[in-house]
Amino acid sequence: MNGIESKVAEPQTEELALVEAARSGDVGAFEQLIKRYDRNVFRIAQHITQNREDAEDVVQDAFIKAYRNLAQFQGNSKFYTWLVRIAVNEALMKLRRRKTAKTVSLDEDVTTDEGSMPREVADWSPNPEQLYDQSELGEILQKTIQALPESFRTVFVLRDIEGMSTEETAEMLNLSVPAVKSRLLRARLQLRERLNRYFKKPKRNGAKPQ
Amino acid sequence: MKCKDFLKELNEYLDGQIDVQLKTELEEHLQWCHDCYVVCNTTRKTIEIYHDNDVYPLPEPIRERLHQAIVTKCKAKSEQQG
Repeated sequence: MNGIESKVAEPQTEELALVEAARSGDVGAFEQLIKRYDRNVFRIAQHITQNREDAEDVVQDAFIKAYRNLAQFQGNSKFYTWLVRIAVNEALMKLRRRKTAKTVSLDEDVTTDEGSMPREVADWSPNPEQLYDQSELGEILQKTIQALPESFRTVFVLRDIEGMSTEETAEMLNLSVPAVKSRLLRARLQLRERLNRYFKKPKRNGAKPQ
Repeated sequence: MKCKDFLKELNEYLDGQIDVQLKTELEEHLQWCHDCYVVCNTTRKTIEIYHDNDVYPLPEPIRERLHQAIVTKCKAKSEQQG
């Protein structure tokens, strides 16, 4: 048991050591942190902004901002959570700037049940990913998630792709916990509904259900 | 339990954050309601697919360019303070 526990605890301690070193000006240590999380930051930023150039800018700005503000990092939250909070803010600012003509209503009330009821219920093939090659699958997944309203998409990305807790997601987006839960449910159900058309089992005429 | 009630609890059920009593009730519903059974399974699969497939991979050359840009700015800041 002790062996497993210490293995689990190690990365966190090691990471705090890197943060400590970076705080005292060791850019090499900070580079280790960049290598660890740049893919996550890019993914989150691209999902939120839906724009490649903006996402690259967010990666740069978020890490530079994190470096400059390391003194404020308390160490009672994980470095990753703290970094993602900065990245989400940067990404949302980019999005707002791009959409100044349209209104971006992140705070819109989406607590109604409308749109949550599944319309099409069809079982999927046992391994739906294998119906398509990797690039086709990527395209389907990208197209499908892009079609979600931004406020649902961001919650889904933070909770289900990046593994943040409901509470962390709520704090990052300035939402209540029930609002995060409601958006997550609607995001999951809408994605499911839209993926149906690609992944459902082909109907076999005359075949009896078992 | 009605399908609507099942759907309300679907998140917590999928995330495993649910008390034993409610879990039993939901699983009873799943035993006879094929639609909810399918919705539950395909929603779980939806989450797994998005979790397992990176929709926006970061290509190595862009990664390196970004690293260099970030590190240069960080070094400039350290020297200023230095």
